[in-house]
Amino acid sequence: MKPAPFVHHSPRTLDETVATLGEVGHDGKVLAGGQSLIPVLNMRLAQPAHLVDINRVDGLDAVTVADDFVRVGATVRHAALERNDDAYAVLPLLRQALRNVAHPAIRNRGTTVGSIAHADASGEMPSIAVLTNAVMEVVGPRGRREVAATDFFEGPLQTVLEADELLEAVRFGRFTPGTRTAFLESARRHGDYALAGVAVAVDVSGDGGDAVVERARAAYVSVTDVPVVIDLSEAVAGQSISSTWDAVEDLVQSGIAPEADIHASSDYRRMLAAELTRRALATAVKEA
Amino acid sequence: MTTRQFGAPVKRKEDPRLVTGNGRYVDDLGHDAWEAAFVRSPHAHARIVDIDVDGAVDVDGVIAVFTHEDLDGPAGDRLPLLIPHPSIEAGRTGYALAKDEVNHVGEAIVMVVARDRYIAEDAAQRIVVTYEFLTPVVGIATSRDGSDLVHDDAPGNVAAHLLQEVGNVEPAMAAAPHTLTLDLEIERSACMPMEGKGVHAHWDSDEQRMRIHSSTQTSTGVRAAVAAKLELPLAQVECIAPDVGGGFGVKIMHPWPEEVLVPWAARRLDHDVKWTEDRREHFTSSAHERGQLQKVTVGFDDDGRLLALDVKFWHDNGAYLPYGVIVPIITATQLLGPYKPQNYRVEFWSMYTNTVLVTPYRGAGRPQGCYAMERTMDAIAAELGIDRAEVRSRNFIQPEEMPYDQGLLFQDGRPLKYDSGDFPASLAKLKALVGWDDFAAYKKEAEAQGRKVGLGIGCYVEGTGVGPYEGGHVHVETSGRVNVATGLTTQGQGHQTILAQIVADELGVSIDDVHVTTGDTRRMPYAVGTFASRGAVMSGNAVALAARAVRAKALRIAADALEVSEDDLQIEDGTISVKGAPNASIALSTVAVMSNPLRYAFDESAKAATQFAGAFDPDKPPVADDDEPGLEGKDFYSPTQATFANGMHAAIVETDPVTAEIRILRYCVIHDCGTVVNPMIVEGQVHGGVAQGIGGALYERMVYDESGQLLNASFMDFLMPYASEVPHIETDHLETPSPLNPLGIKGAGEAGTIPVTAVIASAIEDAEGFPIRSMPISPTELWDLRRQHAHAGASPTSQTSTTEESA
Repeated sequence: MKPAPFVHHSPRTLDETVATLGEVGHDGKVLAGGQSLIPVLNMRLAQPAHLVDINRVDGLDAVTVADDFVRVGATVRHAALERNDDAYAVLPLLRQALRNVAHPAIRNRGTTVGSIAHADASGEMPSIAVLTNAVMEVVGPRGRREVAATDFFEGPLQTVLEADELLEAVRFGRFTPGTRTAFLESARRHGDYALAGVAVAVDVSGDGGDAVVERARAAYVSVTDVPVVIDLSEAVAGQSISSTWDAVEDLVQSGIAPEADIHASSDYRRMLAAELTRRALATAVKEA
Repeated sequence: MTTRQFGAPVKRKEDPRLVTGNGRYVDDLGHDAWEAAFVRSPHAHARIVDIDVDGAVDVDGVIAVFTHEDLDGPAGDRLPLLIPHPSIEAGRTGYALAKDEVNHVGEAIVMVVARDRYIAEDAAQRIVVTYEFLTPVVGIATSRDGSDLVHDDAPGNVAAHLLQEVGNVEPAMAAAPHTLTLDLEIERSACMPMEGKGVHAHWDSDEQRMRIHSSTQTSTGVRAAVAAKLELPLAQVECIAPDVGGGFGVKIMHPWPEEVLVPWAARRLDHDVKWTEDRREHFTSSAHERGQLQKVTVGFDDDGRLLALDVKFWHDNGAYLPYGVIVPIITATQLLGPYKPQNYRVEFWSMYTNTVLVTPYRGAGRPQGCYAMERTMDAIAAELGIDRAEVRSRNFIQPEEMPYDQGLLFQDGRPLKYDSGDFPASLAKLKALVGWDDFAAYKKEAEAQGRKVGLGIGCYVEGTGVGPYEGGHVHVETSGRVNVATGLTTQGQGHQTILAQIVADELGVSIDDVHVTTGDTRRMPYAVGTFASRGAVMSGNAVALAARAVRAKALRIAADALEVSEDDLQIEDGTISVKGAPNASIALSTVAVMSNPLRYAFDESAKAATQFAGAFDPDKPPVADDDEPGLEGKDFYSPTQATFANGMHAAIVETDPVTAEIRILRYCVIHDCGTVVNPMIVEGQVHGGVAQGIGGALYERMVYDESGQLLNASFMDFLMPYASEVPHIETDHLETPSPLNPLGIKGAGEAGTIPVTAVIASAIEDAEGFPIRSMPISPTELWDLRRQHAHAGASPTSQTSTTEESA
């Protein structure tokens, strides 16, 4: 389990990074936290000739809280974002989800943007990107472009990023004040990839136990090929927040397509996704 | 006053070194060594048509590429069948490098030696092996079917077949008022030490000597095997087990192919060579365990007392049988646990499959046996509507029946005769600890809240401390430092501490002055190894006997010097003094000086032993005819049979009514390993054992597809439990000393693992109300079972078990 030979590039500026990516093109891979890439290299499942290591690039490690979004740079570690109180104050869903990303040691090194660029269907943060209507800031030899999260993911481990492009930052959209969120997942072991996971955002009107649901959306982990948002409003709009959430079942089931693997059957994941949705909705409205 | 160390929770002497990163493992050695990597079979069953190594030899930094053709002499012969047994009908072992055929994914075919491991792997990747595919035989059911064979000359895929019977099962079964039949299944798992295997070989061509460092549980075993394979005199081979990062059984197997090949290449290339196993290799090229199908038929009376027990099981031994039938023999014999079966017949078939070979893993066949017996006990209780603990209690061997001979031959070829134990007392302690009698009320309350909870129980007896022997050597230096050597190896158990505790007490010295070496054939060439929970029993007693020899000699010399009788002397804090007259004393270090008459005074203390230093009897030689110089002693401990430890576990689990997720709320252990040397270390062993048991019960399995590919060969998909999956473990001890050895010790290493699968199955069954017949169990499987039982209505017979009352 040693990687095949590669050339290690360690640019210090964004311009240098873009130039290097332009040179190495399809023979290169961007190395950020390396929590997915390095095992893949060690097992020789991928043998890129060049690694463009962005860990020393200036200016990529910033978290910026603005009126409409939380902008996260390409080398911001999961742990840093998780601990960022300003980000939590305006978008609690980030911390709610990040707590579920693997283990502390992996979160200390792994990057949120890297995990989104990796586009693993079992990753937590791609689902957060779509639920928050995030905007992807992409830079490459042909200049800059911005891509909506819903257009970014093409399939498992596939995005619209070209081989010579870098996902420089992700701008997670802030919800309207009063939107309540929750994240729940179930894994075989604590910190494993989830068998199913769900992020929910619920808009309510009114106060206390009399509050009424206006709108509810959910995004999933491990039960869809690419992260999608399922709008549950049709099933639950107008209902009291203290009533059951059983009505979401059909909408959830029609929106997901879980595959079986060695850890769980497809049917089990379907059941789990629906149950987690009900529990997450109940949790979200409880957390005012 | 020296505090007695034996029985005290002494902190582990080895920990400061190990937890500060100062351990020294095989991969820490040999920075200048060339490194090996292997081309391993990607196919489960195939003939090797051609091996093209041309692409590899051109890689810069490659030193040599070897295939089976290159192996000369015995190195090219099949690896040994280590433990022959009359039941073995077709004992097949592999080669160090595959010859003509591969029988499991991961079997080594080509060895590449290069300047470093990276280059070796680059080169290995360029080697092209052409295969002719054969039909893979995967799973016990397919193997038993026998239409395709793993080895052409092993008909029916049967490696071994053994039938043992005590009493007369057939008439007893026919006459039994009740009978039940259970079909049971238990999946594979594996040891997974944090450090995989590893070998470093240094060939000294001037002296024609081989020095091997191996991450092994038996350095004497590796030494003997390498000497034989390389046709070297034993005296020219030494093997050292440095710090070993866990064993759990997989490293008692030897020689692994790499343990032959690395020394072989080192001699051939006249250069140090090493190999460090990586995790993927460990999954597909080491060993697994546990996989069995079992069929239990039991006859019992209206009170739930056993009348006859008839067990058939099929044991998956993988592609080869180097370790013989030890694992299924242990299942067959230890299945009986603390119970009297009255009449017992057990028959097993050890089956070949095209999968990684099977050798002992902590528990070594016992978890499967315990599972079969304990599932049966629960089934009897359910059938008769009797409390599960009560059914067990009615079948216990009573303390006054000890020693109790089960009438079978154990894994050491000696009688399965329990030496001591108090099972009713253990059960009473367990019931008190877990709150057995209060559980019904708790369960009712939980159910009223919509929760599902269950209580499970499992009892076992473990034959520990099997022979043939271990040795101890104790040497007191003139500085007062006490060196202790024993030949068995250590993998983190705490041998450095418990052996020092024993010697400190025997010699009357501070534990800080006692330094223990294990697993170094240069220090103790006669040894067997660390397995079968035998370290404390075997080496503990051996070093105690050796220390007693040293003590006797020290007292004799001191008595002479102080002109008193030996009987009047005591040793405390390293000083020998006359009882009641503390001023008449002599330091043990001084006795060490006096024990070795010297010509030269190399330091201050040595002067006392030189020829002009003092009075001596000119008519006697400096060393008496029946004496030896030096203050040292050596002795061996060799028991007539194993000593039998026992324990009982109970667990309370909660299953999520919707998602079928399984949570252990409480885990309780009663453990009796005879006299306890260090309760903290025993407790740690129990905790680790239970953690591994929980892995086997709820998380771990080897997922082979039908072509023999292991689909979960990584820690991402092989679900070894994290600390977060292991509950707090509540323990209580009972000490029933073994009458068989001087210290009264029984083994503790494997205990924690043995009953866990049985206990968790029992608890889930109690929570769910339908039988659990296949383990491990995951939420998705439990959820499926719920659906099956919901469809089948109230009938409990829809599973693989059949429940029928005889006419």
